Amino acid sequence: MKHLLSIDDVDADEIRSLLDLAEGFVEVLGRDVPKVPTLRGRTIALLFYENSTRTRLSFDRAAKALSADVLTFTTGGSSVSKGESLKDTALTLQAMGPDLMVVRHGAAGAPWRVAEWTGLPVVNAGDGAHQHPTQALLDVLTVRRHFGNVAGIRAAIVGDIRHSRVARSTAGALVALGASVTLVAPRTLLPVDLSGWGVSTADSLDEVLEDLDVVYLLRIQQERGGGDVFPSIAEYVGRFGLTRARAARLRPDAVVMHPGPMNRGVEIDPAVADGSRALVTQQVANGIAVRMAVLFRLLAGRVAP
Amino acid sequence: MIISGGSVVTEGGVVETDVRIEGGRIVEVGVALEGGERFEAAGCWVGPGFVDLHAHLREPGQEWKEDIRSGQEAAAAGGFTTVVAMPNTDPPIDSGHVADHVRRSDGVEVVPAGCLTLRREGGRLAHLDDLWESGVRVFTDDGDTVADAGLLRRAMEYLAQLGGMVAQHAEDPGLARGGHMHEGAVSSRLGITGLPAVAEEVIVARDLRLVEFTGCRYHVQHVSTAGTVELVRQAKGAGLPVSAEVAPHHLVFDHRSVESMDPVFKMYPPLRTPEDVAALRAALAEGIIDCVATDHAPHSAHEKDVPFEDAPRGVIGLETAASAVHAALDLPPQDFFDRMADAPRRLLGRDPHRVVAGAPADVVVFDPVAVWTATTFRSRSENSPWKGMEMRGAVRLTIAGGAVVFEGEQRD
Repeated sequence: MKHLLSIDDVDADEIRSLLDLAEGFVEVLGRDVPKVPTLRGRTIALLFYENSTRTRLSFDRAAKALSADVLTFTTGGSSVSKGESLKDTALTLQAMGPDLMVVRHGAAGAPWRVAEWTGLPVVNAGDGAHQHPTQALLDVLTVRRHFGNVAGIRAAIVGDIRHSRVARSTAGALVALGASVTLVAPRTLLPVDLSGWGVSTADSLDEVLEDLDVVYLLRIQQERGGGDVFPSIAEYVGRFGLTRARAARLRPDAVVMHPGPMNRGVEIDPAVADGSRALVTQQVANGIAVRMAVLFRLLAGRVAP
Repeated sequence: MIISGGSVVTEGGVVETDVRIEGGRIVEVGVALEGGERFEAAGCWVGPGFVDLHAHLREPGQEWKEDIRSGQEAAAAGGFTTVVAMPNTDPPIDSGHVADHVRRSDGVEVVPAGCLTLRREGGRLAHLDDLWESGVRVFTDDGDTVADAGLLRRAMEYLAQLGGMVAQHAEDPGLARGGHMHEGAVSSRLGITGLPAVAEEVIVARDLRLVEFTGCRYHVQHVSTAGTVELVRQAKGAGLPVSAEVAPHHLVFDHRSVESMDPVFKMYPPLRTPEDVAALRAALAEGIIDCVATDHAPHSAHEKDVPFEDAPRGVIGLETAASAVHAALDLPPQDFFDRMADAPRRLLGRDPHRVVAGAPADVVVFDPVAVWTATTFRSRSENSPWKGMEMRGAVRLTIAGGAVVFEGEQRD
């Protein structure tokens, strides 16, 4: 594995092996001194063209827990505002000598371009509405740690699938590991052609609610509530929101996941978000371990110059 | 000069014969001609120079991508002796003096198309009489659709009276909003917003009713979907004054190429499905689509060296069109020259050129079996999806306006 660009490039065995590695790092993160010297002397560059809280902090935390140094580039206050291209920015960052780049960008395929231009190992931290493979890995790690397995789990991903890199990645990983996945969304928020995805669809949350082990909610962008893709937020909540009433109908052992940031009161009721079913903070914690596993897999064994 | 031993494409068929060219004219066609400089054309097709109804030569305003001179050189290398320059320049060709600035008759002829609307803004009519007086016969806001049906109706009524042709870039702005590639299985997987086939078809369907209503000559630019082919077929069957063109890239590539997210596969209309490609090939072979037009759209390397969604749309095509079409369809030589030369020349309101004694020397020599690789380009830009690919069929010689404008090395 030279890069981690798309979860579709990683087969089921490789996913399982990364999850096993991540389990070890969960243990490391639970120690009194949650740090190992594995990547001492290595430098990880974070190239973030979009706002991000948890993903950037998580990569930063993961790199430092492996004793790597971190170079962080974000677009605010950078030369991008002076018109510098992605290519020039990537080459500038490369000239500072990192061993690996983590790239987030608003356009699909940007991390592939950076990999071509720099020749460095690249981790895709989210490109457009395309892929976010470390999110997929942390999600399946969270499911596996909770249920003990992923195969046979019945999951629904609910919300703006069409514009979601999380849905594309997490659905791919769940299906690869043998879960059954149903996409639940208004048709305006479903991709137009799902051939090859290995998923089913449902027209409302009520259709599938009582059969689920995992309800995976996606953020609904409030600005989409103006009648563009659904008539109003209230109508969206009426058919697709995880309200308290709906949560009460879930199977006793069903869990609720969300990649964050959450819109409380829109896709998820505040009481459900704070309730015992919600694995949202576990997802964040597992994200650090998964990213440690990915950085370790891509860099360990490479000799530092 | 004597073009020696080639297969000359004539109205009656293909004849192996020599062609003598002197003083800018074809002076003699016959076997075993002697004397003077010879161009060995055994195994090659010899026919009228190709016509491209659709090229972006970028001058005035974007000369870092292309200018008229480099565009003429690229055209010559592709066997084109007449090129229609699209009016989406800066300033746009919306009045006669800009058209006069673009027009060329040295070597490869450059024929300006004019805008339909003032400044290509889709609000008011361009200076249609002024453009007409300067010689413009093709009117288009290419790059954008004339979305306002009321305005298009008035443009059609006005041009029907003059005798001009409306050429439409058919793409409903609402349906195409935010789109970067064909909407389908590949765009769904990539999370890239799509332009659905129906965005093209609803405009063509609407416009055809307006053609029926106004009687204006109408030309569908760069047809990309099987549905549009059917609409054109029906309109022609109903006797409407309708024609259509197809771009070489739509005959060769489909949306699976975009899986690479390489911006060299980004153009509007986008690469569609394999079924669309098959329908376009069949329609061109059958003549439902009248001709090939390149939609040659140069962009500099740095403009395309960005992520797919950030890249400008368009690919170059003048230098590879003939080879691409030949390899994709294997048309017999007469049909090949019809779709590349005669049909587009007729659509410009002109008589087809013939390789006969007394005619002006406007000739291309095309080797149908030569194999070559597209590596360097005479265009100022290199955004070609064929770059690095092996091509079958090569332009060997182009004579435009009586002069040799391109002579390629013998390739095999």
